[in-house]
Amino acid sequence: MSPASQFVLNAHRAMHDAQLQKALYSSRAGFIAKRAKAAARLPEFEALRDAARDIKAHTLAHLDLYLEAYESKVQECGGEVHYARTPEAANAIILDICRRHKAVRVVKGKTMVGEEIGLNAALKARGIEPIETDLGEYAIQLRGEMPSHIIAPAVHLTKEQIAADFRRVHVGLPEARDLSEAAALLAEARAVLREKFLSADVGITGANFLIAETGSSIIVTNEGNGDLAETLPKVHIVLASIEKLVPTLEDAAQLMRVLARSGTGQDLSVYTTFATGPRRPGDPDGPQDYHVVLLDNGRSAMLGSEFAEVLRCIRCGACMNHCPVYQSVGGHAYGAIYSGPIGAVMTPAFIGIENAVDLPHASSLCGACESVCPVRIPLPKLLRRWREKSFERSFVPAHQRLALSFWGAFARRPLLYRVAAGAATRMLSLIAGEKGRFKALPFARSWMKTRDFPAPEGETFQAQFARRTKAHGK
Amino acid sequence: MSARAEIFADIRRALGVTGREAPRRQTVEARLAHTPKGIVPARGAGGDGRQAVFRAEAERVLASVVELSNPAEIPTRIAAYLADRNLPLILRMGDDPFLAALPWQSTALAISQGPSDGSDPICLSHAFGAIAESGTLVLLSGPANPTTLNFLPETHVVVVKAADIVGNYEEIWQRLRAAFGKGAMPRTVNFITGPSRSADIGQTMQLGAHGPRELHIIVVEG
Repeated sequence: MSPASQFVLNAHRAMHDAQLQKALYSSRAGFIAKRAKAAARLPEFEALRDAARDIKAHTLAHLDLYLEAYESKVQECGGEVHYARTPEAANAIILDICRRHKAVRVVKGKTMVGEEIGLNAALKARGIEPIETDLGEYAIQLRGEMPSHIIAPAVHLTKEQIAADFRRVHVGLPEARDLSEAAALLAEARAVLREKFLSADVGITGANFLIAETGSSIIVTNEGNGDLAETLPKVHIVLASIEKLVPTLEDAAQLMRVLARSGTGQDLSVYTTFATGPRRPGDPDGPQDYHVVLLDNGRSAMLGSEFAEVLRCIRCGACMNHCPVYQSVGGHAYGAIYSGPIGAVMTPAFIGIENAVDLPHASSLCGACESVCPVRIPLPKLLRRWREKSFERSFVPAHQRLALSFWGAFARRPLLYRVAAGAATRMLSLIAGEKGRFKALPFARSWMKTRDFPAPEGETFQAQFARRTKAHGK
Repeated sequence: MSARAEIFADIRRALGVTGREAPRRQTVEARLAHTPKGIVPARGAGGDGRQAVFRAEAERVLASVVELSNPAEIPTRIAAYLADRNLPLILRMGDDPFLAALPWQSTALAISQGPSDGSDPICLSHAFGAIAESGTLVLLSGPANPTTLNFLPETHVVVVKAADIVGNYEEIWQRLRAAFGKGAMPRTVNFITGPSRSADIGQTMQLGAHGPRELHIIVVEG
């Protein structure tokens, strides 16, 4: 069974994990307030979101042609473009490049596609040491965990947990050193990783965007780790999925204006870097070899499906930051690389709805995700679509199907619904009596463990509505 | 069939196209050729106020900024900046002609030239331009200003001419096209907006993650 099929169990565990709840609590308000502030400081923000949506939609509709243009530009600049349909194929291409350069150590900038293809495991299996260099990614690599957030991969960890891991792994440093402050942890990680950067043979980064006009790959970071990874080693490999294309520098500028504002609430991340091919004549630094590995892994199929809109995603993380479900259970509960609302839509497409039946239900459909998405992906609509699909294909458990068809029988017959709802309301009100609430109800035992159910007060909504409309003389 | 051919076939099947449709090709060619501009925020409008906007935005992201009227003042101001912070009076830079022509001999600064191997605490670069909209510096790779100087030191000092400050990203694209040709880019273009930072540990922001802890910007007239 895939971990994505265990959402209910995972979520339950996450709610009772005190460390995780502490970490989630401390990040919650920050992201939301920072995005709101950044958006308020830019009057054009909503219009830019429309522009960002349109650019991605236009690019996807012409993806084959922009890929051709991008490819020929990369080649013109002395780079090589490789295509991989599957994670296995992408790993094989990267391993082959590493082998040709006799690589022993690989430094990595942050790449979600790298997580998607299981790159670290593939490298290790061939005796190559992969080093994550984004501080959050590094912290979770030491624990053998997956990122729990697209842009804040270690958001589920407290600094005490990170300090304990540093003591365990960074052997040879004084036992008595003080790691109680974040600054000390940062300084230690910087020193340890600096040495890895300078001795690495290959640097692998992801890409936030690929520009067809110039053949450039763009990465954005706040730390500068991605830049060291693509500047210091003699080989730079860009690992990106095919939907990262944008037509021109002007288009990239529109997307840059919404990306960081939506995610971290910055106007722009500290480092936005455009890399175009290998070292030029006279260059005293930079990689001698530049490769781009383009991964499909189900995206071209998604392009023709009713879920095509998720391919607009620019991985800002805003939907996670604003999702009440994500904020309660964290990213790991989703049991997949991509978590939160965007993950709940993408994962079933990647691994099949039968392996992720719960994920489309990991949402209250409150709409917060869509309201902040910089490319306006209609996430609630897509989640509902997966729910329908899984119902059609009978992946919904029998008791839920029974309950839904029972409810459906009433909901489709307005008169019957009104009569039955009126009777049920009066009866519940009668049973509850003076107290006005229930401590227990059949079929809802676990829900009622921590809650009372308010009893109806004798009249249905429809009846009240009719009465009030009449009273207002309409 | 190669993976490339299969992916293109899959994309075209999904889109219901062959890839040979003339109107689609024309749409794409026109967009790549004419690079239409999107929405440019009023904050990046440029004009006379752009230097003040640049300074305010750069300071907001925790860079320090000084404005000088004469390039000849640059060496003494850098020496004073370093002395104030008890930093060593050593400086690594590329072979940028503008920087090379400055009167370094008037200071006690020990200058060395070339890319950094990580052992230089302070590096100096000359920016291709700067963007008022977001307080961003634009640096280009090459022997004049090697990329390693931007990321390896603890302290990065960057000189930008006031005339090279533009309002918005789109103006930088125009200047890049004017300098390198349409569709061409230097190997690396670095947009730098404040000193390096991270909030990955305990969700509190710390400066100097992998890159410089301090970013000192010198805007100079002339």
